[in-house]
Order: sequence, then C-alpha cells, then structure tokens
Amino acid sequence: MFLSIKSLAKSFGDNQVLKDIDVNIEKGKVLSIIGPSGSGKTTLLRCLNSLEEPDKGIFTFNDGLTLDFEKKISKQEILKLRQKSGMVFQSYNLFPHKTAFENVTEGPLIVQKRKKAEVKELAEELLEKVGLKDKMNLYPHQLSGGQQQRVGIARALAMEPELMLFDEPTSALDPELIGEVLTVIKGLARDNWTMVIVTHELQFAGEVSDEVLFMDGGYIVEQGSPQQVLKSPKEARTQQFLQRILNPA
Amino acid sequence: MIFTISANTGGWELFVNSLLPMITGAIQYTIPLTLITFVLGILLALLIAMMRISNSKVLHVPAVVYVSAIRGTPLLVQLFIIFYGLPTIGLTIDPFPSAIIAFTLNVGAYASEIIRAAILSIPKGQWEAAQTIGMSRSTALRRIILPQAVRVSVPPLSNSFISLVKDTSLASLILVAELFRKAQEIAARTYDFLLLYVEAAIIYWVICFILSLVQTIIEKRLDRYVAK
Repeated sequence: MFLSIKSLAKSFGDNQVLKDIDVNIEKGKVLSIIGPSGSGKTTLLRCLNSLEEPDKGIFTFNDGLTLDFEKKISKQEILKLRQKSGMVFQSYNLFPHKTAFENVTEGPLIVQKRKKAEVKELAEELLEKVGLKDKMNLYPHQLSGGQQQRVGIARALAMEPELMLFDEPTSALDPELIGEVLTVIKGLARDNWTMVIVTHELQFAGEVSDEVLFMDGGYIVEQGSPQQVLKSPKEARTQQFLQRILNPA
Repeated sequence: MIFTISANTGGWELFVNSLLPMITGAIQYTIPLTLITFVLGILLALLIAMMRISNSKVLHVPAVVYVSAIRGTPLLVQLFIIFYGLPTIGLTIDPFPSAIIAFTLNVGAYASEIIRAAILSIPKGQWEAAQTIGMSRSTALRRIILPQAVRVSVPPLSNSFISLVKDTSLASLILVAELFRKAQEIAARTYDFLLLYVEAAIIYWVICFILSLVQTIIEKRLDRYVAK
C-alpha cells in the first residue's frame, strides 16, 4: 500500500463534489478513474496533491506521513504531500517561456537544487524516454499537442515522484495524437510506476490499469479489476455509463 | 556668437540657436527624470502589485488606498504639494528630487495596475503547474508568472513611459530646468511663443518616436514568451 485515504470529502460552495470517498493506492499499480463529467473524478485526483484542499479526509502514506484535513494543515505538510506526486494536466500547462528542456529541468534545478550537470543528464534521458530528445530546444508553441503533453510527462517525472497523477491527459488532443501519449503512459506502467489516471479512454484504461474505479455523483459506485468493471459491471449506473460511451448514437 | 538670443533674433536663426539649450535641458533633466522615475516607479509598482494580490488585508488595503489617491488627484497638484506645500511643515525638497518623488509615486500607481492585470491574466494552470513541481508561491511568481506577465505588460507600460516623457514638462512649474522650461525662458525673452513651443513639441515628438521604436524591438524579442 502506498497511500490510504479515508472519508475524503470536498465541496465547492453548496455543491458537494466528493462525498465520503475511501481509496487505496497500491505501490507499483495503476488505478484508473472513469465516470461522467461532474462525477468528481478530477476533483478526487486534484485532492491527492492538494491542488484542491479537501474539507475532510485522512491520508496515510506508507512512510508514516499522515494528514488529517479536518485539522489545520501546515504549508510544510502540503509541500511534503506535493513532493510525493507529479501531475500531468489535461491542457499540458507547460511554461511557454521555457524550452522543452528547461521545462523539465526547472523543478530539479530550482526546487530540488540539484547539480546542473546531473539535471542535464536526467532531462536528456527523460526527453529521450518520451521520444523528444531532438526537440528539446524548442518552445512549447513550436510543438504539437501530443509533443507538449509528452514534455509535460517528462517534467513531472523529473521530480522523481513516487506517484504520477494524470488528469485526462489526452482529452485536449487531436485523435491522431492520442496514441503517442498513451504509449508513453503504458511504458511507465511497464516500469512499475504508481499511477492514478483520470481518463475517458476506456480501452486504454482496460489495457493499462490494475484497478478501475467508476465514480458518479461524488461517490465511488464500483471498483475492481478492469475486466470486472469494464466488461461485467454489477452496478446499473456503471452499465448505463459504459453503454452510452460504447454506443453513443 | 551662437547663443545670442534676443528679441531681434530672426525665425530660423532663433530656431537653430534655441535647439542647443532645449536639447541640453532634455539631456540634463527631461531624460534623466524620465529614466530614474520610470525605474523607481516600476519597482514601486511591483511592490504595490504584490501587496494588492496578497491575501493579507494589512498589505492589501494600503495598496488600494495609495493607488486610489494617486490616480484620483492631478499630477500637478501632487507636484505642488511636494514642492510648495511640504516646506510649510519644514520639509524643503529641491526641484529635481521633488519631481522624482512625485513622478515615481505616479508611475508606481498606474504601473501597479498594469502589472497586477498582467499577473492576473496568466492562466491559473501556470500557477498549478508550478505548485506541482514543488514551487512555493513566491518562487512560482518569480520564475513562472512574472516573466510571462512582463511580456503582457510591455505595450501598456510603454504607453506609460511615453506619457511620462511628456508629463515631465510639468516639472517646469516647480523650476526644474528641463526642456520645456528652457523653451519658456527663451520665449520670455524673444516673445516668439509659437516658434519655440512648436520646437519644444517637435523635440518631445522625436524622443517619443525613438522610444516607440525601442518598444517594437523589445516586443519582438519577448515574443518567444507567448504561447501561440
């Protein structure tokens, strides 16, 4: 077990987006979260690194770090929490004034204060891994969406996090560019990265995940192996959702 | 023989002979006043902008009041308060430093709004991306947000800069021997107001024209900072 979360809840004003969620994230495993828009899946992901601060919930990590969001959480604790995970955004959010290479080196150099030569080597290795070593001196606006997203993945990996979070990593991409990003993520799964992926790509979720979690209305409706949840779901709401996605017309 | 300017000096000759004193006024006062106050003003503006976007009321409220007061009162009145008013309470400041203070306070207020708007125009995702690689708010601001905000604020700040060049003519009213005061002094002797004031206008125009060329160059160089 890498992280165990108990009774996580989050509201935006009167709108309760997450209602009493329990999740366990296993080390070296891939957890995919699926569900209709507004189901709370992105909010759940963003709570994992406190981009949205939970209203309540207890996070217990394998190294003993425990955060109880009903109590006051210090800035140091939030920083510790964030150090544990890297995040890949739907809209990439690369730094437009920095090259692909500089996007990747920014965190290790400025935040972790690692040595320049070491970081250079790391960045080149990671950009090679995502297939962009020859484009490392280009600025984000000179790259396609798929390439930008792969830089985004390299940037997150550069911090050497224990957990990788993906927030609909292919939703903003043209269909023909989705494959290159999914291939990179599959490669990470093979390397046994611990990952949580919010996605609409059900086939991909089926291939890459160890566990799939279906959310609706702020609750976890169903969870289990991809086979179980995607192929033979027990809950009516899961069945409806899958039906709508598989037969949109 | 060159600088003998009197009521008898003819049109073209007067124009040529007045050029040197006016340009000297520009080089000695107009341009230094503009440059010094712009640099100090931008630093002040950065501070005020930070105070305004901060969550702390103690920082936020004074910044709001300051900006409101400066923007809500005429620059000329501010100049007069500092130069003619403050001596009443025993605080006498020379013309040039008085002008520096008044113009800096002014640039600080207007430019802070420009910088604040530029910071707020940077997408929230940039803050979030910075946070997820472990940056504190201040590091994110310095490394990620401000460099992008700078590019956004170059056109409006250039406007302020060019306005400032022209506004420095107000310093003539607190006895700073800048370009326009030189024009006024010569005009007082020769009575050729039209010629001399048009001449001053032309010199201001030339300075501002050169500055707008510089602005174009800076914008081109910063273009890589912009997502297209």
